[in-house]
Amino acid sequence: MKAVSVIRSRAVVLPVDNVDTDQIIPARFLVTTSRDGLGTGLFADWRFDAEGRPKPDFVLNRAEAEGARVLVAGRNFGCGSSREHAVWALQAGGFEAVVSTAFADIFRANALKNGLLPVQVDEATHEALAAAPGAVTIDVAEGSVAFDGRKAPFPLEPFARHCLLNGQDELAFLLSHESDIFAFEKAAGPVPWRTP
Amino acid sequence: MQGPRALTAKIWESHLVKAETSETPAVVYVDLHLVHEVTSPQAFSELRARGLRVRAPERTVATMDHAIPTRRGPDGRRAPAEGAAAEQVKALEANCREFGVSLFPVGDERQGIVHVIGPELGLTHPGSTIVCGDSHTSTHGAFGALAFGIGTSEVGHVLATQCLLQRRPKSFAVEFQGALAPGVTAKDLILGLIARIGTAGATGHALEYRGSAIRALSMEERMTVCNMSIEAGARAGLVAPDDTTYQYLAGRPFAPQGAAWDAAVARWRALPSDPGAAFDRELTIDAQALEPMITWGTSPGMGIPVRGVVPDPAGDASQEKALRYMGLEPGKPLLGRKIDVVFIGSCTNSRLGDLREAAKVLRGRRVAAGVKALVVPGSQQVKKQAEAEGLDQVFRDAGAEWREPGCSMCLAMNDDRLLPGQYAVSTSNRNFEGRQGPGGRTFLASPTTAAAAAVKGAIADAREMS
Repeated sequence: MKAVSVIRSRAVVLPVDNVDTDQIIPARFLVTTSRDGLGTGLFADWRFDAEGRPKPDFVLNRAEAEGARVLVAGRNFGCGSSREHAVWALQAGGFEAVVSTAFADIFRANALKNGLLPVQVDEATHEALAAAPGAVTIDVAEGSVAFDGRKAPFPLEPFARHCLLNGQDELAFLLSHESDIFAFEKAAGPVPWRTP
Repeated sequence: MQGPRALTAKIWESHLVKAETSETPAVVYVDLHLVHEVTSPQAFSELRARGLRVRAPERTVATMDHAIPTRRGPDGRRAPAEGAAAEQVKALEANCREFGVSLFPVGDERQGIVHVIGPELGLTHPGSTIVCGDSHTSTHGAFGALAFGIGTSEVGHVLATQCLLQRRPKSFAVEFQGALAPGVTAKDLILGLIARIGTAGATGHALEYRGSAIRALSMEERMTVCNMSIEAGARAGLVAPDDTTYQYLAGRPFAPQGAAWDAAVARWRALPSDPGAAFDRELTIDAQALEPMITWGTSPGMGIPVRGVVPDPAGDASQEKALRYMGLEPGKPLLGRKIDVVFIGSCTNSRLGDLREAAKVLRGRRVAAGVKALVVPGSQQVKKQAEAEGLDQVFRDAGAEWREPGCSMCLAMNDDRLLPGQYAVSTSNRNFEGRQGPGGRTFLASPTTAAAAAVKGAIADAREMS
């Protein structure tokens, strides 16, 4: 994973609460064995009509979305399916951070493993940012989001912060526990079920 | 001395390879890893790129369910996957072969929806940790297992190390007091809970379902309840094991036998939460007051009693958006509203008991003209048992389609999809916009309510049909 320390970008606002991962990327785009090329599926049913033409009124199709790397979504983002493709699709769409008042557990875990920052802010901050989206600075080390002369904190689990700042690979970290895992397996004994 | 502990705490503590600190999450051991074709290929690729092997193939079981067709071709056999879906199926076969993982592919009598086959094969054990790259892994919590969905990166972590980095979940006890009224099912119970606490109501928590109404449920019904824990935001939902659990598991293909069985049951009997165990949150619900439920909107939390009226959004933008998408008006009842499709299936409601309930309603009746009804058994085993009981004939005689096991129309990534604008009553778990097909509109309900809707061609209260 690439290290992430500071994100400076314009924000684009998608004012919809409870965006589920089926909206972020519909299941028909999951029929793939790759993690690349998922950008076309991003918000596909909101971005395109039945004939595949962009819907001009959808925010990500408007000029203001061009080049924005921070998505300010409505409240409670990423519920539903565990598909990590939702994170890959957001990243393929150029996003590096999503701001909301809450994130579903699996989405948050998936996002952090890929260096997409889930920025959870309080209602007042969320409202202010959604009302005046402009330049945003997200500081991972400090756990802060700054915009329009304001600055608000956001929570980040300490190990996730460490991984983001250092580009630490979680699988490599787990693999470094080989001897502990071996000891646990030895103590636990063989699998508890009969084998076929 | 150790104080009283809750079920989830007991499982958590017995699976710690390394305890968490303020700086690092716990390293948690995974007893059983279930794998399917859609969320695993990139994880196997990661292992290959790093030169890693699957650490515990004996703890890893794969099947095919999401992307495969459920219809039969002219030869009476299941239609093969085509295009990209065929690539996924082939990739899973190749990955399982290369890494030594057991696979129950299409054509195997053990194939089925991953959360149906784990329990029915006796792989799902009380007190174990179970993960799968699928949010409905919470289903296995019905056996008193700590079971939760993970993303593909974590699928790779478990394949390579049999472990996950996790923070301890908070605990949330929901007690259902009293008994369910006649005609009210496990699906109604869980839809009732989600309507009450919302789709983020249990985020960060593991739910423990308790109380006399839960004790009275069969294992299949408990699975329906635990399955939808994720729809309340909880990654896991558990029911403490009891004699109902042990009776279900005894004699299943992978269940321990003889002295090993007795020893296992003795261990499992120590799992239920100790009296006085503390929970981070608690909620009590009067089970007697629950009614058959149906959703009206585009979130599983947007549920009402089947005889209720569509609520007034009162300025709530999400509810207004949901009403527009669904083409519904506030203050109007759903009863009598015409529907196009009925889907009976999915990891929520595709087990033998679900099919029996649907068949009770459909026996000697016809699916209404113009309605397409799909009955999709959850596994080859369910299909075989249902056919042995003649349930397939009941469905066929009624004019419903009897399909091959798979996820089918739950998620619109195979051939089974709603057309734009169609209304469906579905026994699945998600009514999100487009979940069952772009532009499709879903009412979630129990198999009983879905079967009644198939007969009436409209949303109906099955209690009026007996």
